[in-house]
Amino acid sequence: MSHRFGHMLGIEPLSAEEIVFLLDQSKPFQEIQRHPLKKLATLRGKTVALAFFEPSTRTRISFATAASRLGADQMNLQAESSSLKKGESLLDTVRTLDAMKPDCIVIRHSSSGAPDFVARHLPLPVINAGDGTHEHPTQALLDALTIRDRRGTLDGLNVTILGDILHSRVARSNIHLLAKFGCRFTLCGPAMWLPKELECLGPPGTSIRRITRITEALEGADVILTLRVQQERLHEPALPLDEYILQYQLTAERLRLARPGALVLHPGPMVRGLEIDPAVADGPQSCVLEQVTNGLAVRMALLFLMIGGADAPPEKDSSHAAD
Amino acid sequence: MRIIEKSQLMTATEIDRTLQRLAHEIVEKSGGTANLALIGIRRRGVPLANRIAQAMRGIDGVDVPVGTLDITLYRDDLSKVAAHAILQSSEIPFSVDDKDLVLVDDVLYTGRTIRAAMNGLFDLGRPKRVRLCVLIDRGHRELPVEASFVGRSVQTSDTEIVEVRLNEIDREERVVLVERAS
Repeated sequence: MSHRFGHMLGIEPLSAEEIVFLLDQSKPFQEIQRHPLKKLATLRGKTVALAFFEPSTRTRISFATAASRLGADQMNLQAESSSLKKGESLLDTVRTLDAMKPDCIVIRHSSSGAPDFVARHLPLPVINAGDGTHEHPTQALLDALTIRDRRGTLDGLNVTILGDILHSRVARSNIHLLAKFGCRFTLCGPAMWLPKELECLGPPGTSIRRITRITEALEGADVILTLRVQQERLHEPALPLDEYILQYQLTAERLRLARPGALVLHPGPMVRGLEIDPAVADGPQSCVLEQVTNGLAVRMALLFLMIGGADAPPEKDSSHAAD
Repeated sequence: MRIIEKSQLMTATEIDRTLQRLAHEIVEKSGGTANLALIGIRRRGVPLANRIAQAMRGIDGVDVPVGTLDITLYRDDLSKVAAHAILQSSEIPFSVDDKDLVLVDDVLYTGRTIRAAMNGLFDLGRPKRVRLCVLIDRGHRELPVEASFVGRSVQTSDTEIVEVRLNEIDREERVVLVERAS
C-alpha cells in the first residue's frame, strides 16, 4: 500500500504503517549510495528550498546532497548570513523564497512550531528539519532505519535515551516513532533534564520511566540513544561538565551493562570524551556512520515521495504503467 | 471505465514453450555465455528472466546470473505513477562492467521503459553490450528501441492493452488482449 505526505512536520501524527512504508521506500536509496554514479534525474527541474534559520552542518548537507543526487536544484538560506539579522520576519523570509517558486521547503528553526506555521501560510510542501525542542522527524526515521537494519525489527525494544532530554527534539521524535512499535523507554540524565511531563509522550500506555543513575538505566537496554550536551540551549548547565562526564558518560564498561550487542546511536555531532567514550564511539556497537548514510537515504526517499512527479496532463498509457 | 477482455494471445503452455525457445536463441546468438547476464525489469520481467535462466541451465548446464532492475526512478513519466508508485530495490549482484547483458521484460510498447532501464544500467557501469528480450512486442514505438529476442509480435491499437499474467505475480498464467471501454 502506497502513502503520500503533503508535509513532513513531525512523527507524532504518522501511523506505524506510514512509518514502515517510509523505511521500506528508503531501501532503494540506500542501494544507490553504493553505485559508482549516484546521480539520478528523477527530480530534475525541481527545486528544493533549504531554509536553515539555525546553524546546522550535517542535516543541511544531508538534505542538500539528497536533493542533488535526485537531480534537483537548491535554494539555500543560512541563518548566519540571512536577512533575519536585518529584522525580516519569518513569514516574509519564506514568502520571498516562495515567490521564486521552489517545489518544497525544508525548514530548521529554533522555535517549536515554526514549520507548522509556514505550512499554514504557504501553498508548499514543508519538511521539518528540526524545530525548537519539538520534533526532528527525519532524524527519528534514519535512527529507526538503522535500528531495523541491524536488529531486523523495531518491535518491543528497550530503548535508553541518555542526556539532555528536556531540550531534545531528537529524543521526542524517536519516542513518538518507536512507541508506535511497542518499545519501552528509559530516560536517563540529571534530574533537571528529566521533567515528569516526558512520561506522557507517545500514545497512551507507552512505557516510559525516568532514571538518574546510568548503571540502572542501561540494564537490559537493546538500543542506547546518546544525546549531546547542548550547551547552546542551556542558560546554565545542570551540572558542571566534568561531573556530567563522571556520572553520565557512556563508557565501554557501562555499555557492558546493556544487553549484549546493544546498539549505540548518536544524532551527532559527537563530543568524544564528553557524553561518549571514544572506544564506544568507534566500537562495533556504534551505529553513528550508518546513521549518516541512512539519513541520506531517508531524505532522498522523502523528497522523492513528496515532490516526485509533476502535475503534467495524463498521456497515453504504456501497458501496466505502474508495473 | 471498464476493462474488457478481447482475446487470449497465449496459453500457459505457449508461454513456456516460447521461453524455452528464447533461452535457446539467446545462448545461440551470444557467441559464448561466459559474460552473459540477464536483467529482469520489474515487475514481470523478473520472473521471466528467472525462467529463461532456468531454461538455460537445461542447455549444457549454462549458468547465467540474473539481476533485477526497478526503473521507477528513471521513468520519464513519473507524474502518471508518482502518486501510487512503490519503489523497489534493484538487485544486481554482479558488476555490469564488460558484461553481455540481456534486458528482459514482458511487453515492449513505446520503448520508454527500456530507455529508463538503460539509464539505470549505465549508472552502474559500462556493459559491453545490451540487448533486449521481450515476450510480446506490440508495436507503437515512440523511441528508437528494438528487441533482439521476441516471443511474439502482436498488432494492437492504442486503446488496447496487452496483459501478461504470470503465476509468480498474478496467480494465473496467460497473455490477454484487453480494451478500456468508457
